[in-house]
Amino acid sequence: MVASDKITRGVLLSSSVLILLVAGGMILSLLKGSIPAFREFGPGFILSPHWDPTAGNERYGALPFITGTLVSSILALAICLPLSMSTSLFVAEYFDGSGWSKVISTMTDLLAGIPSIVYGLWGFYALRPVIVSLGLSDQGFGLFTSSIILAIMIVPYATSVSSEVIRMVPKELREAAYSLGATRWEVISGVVMPSARSGIVASYIMALGRALGETMAVTMLIGNSNRMPTGLFGPANTLASLIANEFGEAQGIKLSSLIALGLILFLITGLVNWTGKWLIKKIS
Amino acid sequence: MIQQQDNIPLLDIKDLSIAYGEGPPAVKNVSAAVNREAITAIMGPSGCGKSTLLRAVNRLHELYPNVSVNGSIMLNGTNIFEIEAIDLRRRVGMVFQRPNPFPTLSIYDNVLAGYKLNGIGLKRDEKDHIVESSLSSVYMWEEVKDSLHRRGTFLSGGQQQRLCIARAIAFNPEVLLLDEPTSALDPVATSKVEDLLVELKKEYSLLLVTHNMGQAARISDYSMFMYMGELVEYDITTKMFTKPSDKRTEAYLTGKFG
Amino acid sequence: MSIPTRIEPTSRRRLVRDRVVRLGVIMVTLLTVTPIILIIVKLIVRGYRQLNISFFTEISPDTFQAMMAVSNGDMIPGGILNGITGTLLMTLIASAIAIPVGITSGVYLYDKHSTRYAAMVRNITEIMQGVPSIILGIIGYLWIVKNVTNGFSALAGSVALAIMMVPLITKSTEETMKMIPESLREAAFALGVPYHRVILKVLLPTGLSGLMTGILLSFSRIVGETAPLLMTALGSQLVNLNIEKPTSAVPLLVWEFYNDPNMVDLIWSSSLFLMIFVLFINLLSRRIAARGSN
Repeated sequence: MVASDKITRGVLLSSSVLILLVAGGMILSLLKGSIPAFREFGPGFILSPHWDPTAGNERYGALPFITGTLVSSILALAICLPLSMSTSLFVAEYFDGSGWSKVISTMTDLLAGIPSIVYGLWGFYALRPVIVSLGLSDQGFGLFTSSIILAIMIVPYATSVSSEVIRMVPKELREAAYSLGATRWEVISGVVMPSARSGIVASYIMALGRALGETMAVTMLIGNSNRMPTGLFGPANTLASLIANEFGEAQGIKLSSLIALGLILFLITGLVNWTGKWLIKKIS
Repeated sequence: MIQQQDNIPLLDIKDLSIAYGEGPPAVKNVSAAVNREAITAIMGPSGCGKSTLLRAVNRLHELYPNVSVNGSIMLNGTNIFEIEAIDLRRRVGMVFQRPNPFPTLSIYDNVLAGYKLNGIGLKRDEKDHIVESSLSSVYMWEEVKDSLHRRGTFLSGGQQQRLCIARAIAFNPEVLLLDEPTSALDPVATSKVEDLLVELKKEYSLLLVTHNMGQAARISDYSMFMYMGELVEYDITTKMFTKPSDKRTEAYLTGKFG
Repeated sequence: MSIPTRIEPTSRRRLVRDRVVRLGVIMVTLLTVTPIILIIVKLIVRGYRQLNISFFTEISPDTFQAMMAVSNGDMIPGGILNGITGTLLMTLIASAIAIPVGITSGVYLYDKHSTRYAAMVRNITEIMQGVPSIILGIIGYLWIVKNVTNGFSALAGSVALAIMMVPLITKSTEETMKMIPESLREAAFALGVPYHRVILKVLLPTGLSGLMTGILLSFSRIVGETAPLLMTALGSQLVNLNIEKPTSAVPLLVWEFYNDPNMVDLIWSSSLFLMIFVLFINLLSRRIAARGSN
């Protein structure tokens, strides 16, 4: 009896060890692969705005793509905020418990299930012409278009956690506010949202984490330029979209630079996600 | 602001019936006139409809779907169903069973919460005056005057409840509703709150739901006894407790059912 | 003490504002969910015509065949068989790797939930869940393409997808285990049942619906992934069942069609199929979850 239990426990333990090994291995591989690039370009690689694959004069740097990633994701978050805040209030406050609430939250969840490439297609064929016809951009590519698609993509992540925390605000607090003569909106803005504040913030941080790593939809809409972005409506690239475009054929120092970009993306996303999770733990 | 007309009762409940959905009514044809500057207790076994009746006075039942109400309630001559709920609730204060100070607000802001939620702007000295006055009325001013900007949730249960009372009376309500305000408190805190309520009736009119008939006997001037949605008996407390008119009241008071 | 009324919005104004906000919330919410309707409608309208039997039984056309068909005004011949087989191959291998690892580590975390080691493993699993899929593609490239198969391969793609699946399965397993009443576990142990039997015969069957939900959800997640496959499986014209060789996948085909001006019309049917498949698994897992919680 005891022997078989020991084996069982060993098996369970070893799979946890496997996870640790894989995680550690991932970081090590990214580091090891980036070293040639950092050795060649120094730590200034991170802030260098040049990405030039001309043979014989290769120079690579991360700044255009870090900028692209941060700008598109933060802008996406800003666009997502009113959309997801309204949806959370709809589902968890105004129509909580009703059939409408279920319908809307199911539809929002379905948004999360759509593959990134499908979003990219829709963005390319449906959204881009709108941007062009509004005169915002010649061809409709760029940071702004990508941010809109990203915003739609991250709405379900922001909404699901926000709705949860809004629902968890105790009924007694709401009743106390109503009994003081507040209107529904005054109860929401004066009591419910302040009480749910940390959870809401955490949900947006996690949505940001998702946006940072999105690849396909962004690649199809961002215009794919390897220089520093010139404006919201000019072409650009994010860390993820550049890697997607260039990794397949890359070799040598270019390959190492791409791996370095992957490492940077890994660290940025890891930091943002960790902050969000930490905030959630703090409130529960 | 309040017309003190002694010939109009504070609250005139006429033939009030309240039902949830299709079920039997929780409150059946209740009629009563509540007096000012007194404590009126509503007591009865669980499920008798006392909380439902209380919550109708500030129309809190409207927050939940499927509640139908028949009959009328007049507050100082105004039909409460004919004015906006938000106006009514400024005139009626409520204290709940479990103390519920707003957790993100300081003690100071909790007292003023009614003003803030209603969007009423006050100058600093007006605010200070209201806070000091309300907290003094609940005998808390000396205790907390140096920590007004701490969160309300750091106080003990009894203090939190007194803070909630202060929050309700900051609006100078025409009637103060209390829904089993001491049932979540320990005996010491309960006794302090009961003493406070007796003091408050000099200035305010209190309608108090209690599951504890001893409490009704101790502090109320008038008592209502409800059973299965009906108002069985309503009389001066001392009279009802010594010589109840209805057999059911007598059975309840002698502990035959609770 | 009278109520000072210095700046006081009238009740009328506040009630109007309340109505306006409510209306605004409803409208913005409807706006937020319109994209999903638009996307589904567009895919159906543009893609349904190509969805016939040959779509599922033929491999993708090459660019010349497509060009000829387009210039003749015909429907582009061929289908996505190579993509379907590739997707099935890689997702099944990924599942075969990820499900055992995910379930056993989930059971471990449930078992030892209060130790510091478990907390660390849990944290690291959560971090892994947030790693962008393209980085997992890089890992698949570095570990398998470079070192094991010396070239793009289905195995590399499977490994990248497996790493994506594990954290989701681990977490849902732990959560499912936590919902099993303690008394059930204790009763099994009290009967002297060895631990592996408690897990296999009691815990897992009891939590089956929760486990299935987690597995299906993580499966639906990887079915639609394109990024990690770009530098691992690469893609292929042919049906390939050899894990050491490059292989196609449905999302990869969509990407290829998108990038080739001749084959662009095929993107609608292939992404319609992909989306239906993903949504179907999603809804299925929802059904199982709902039924299981009764």
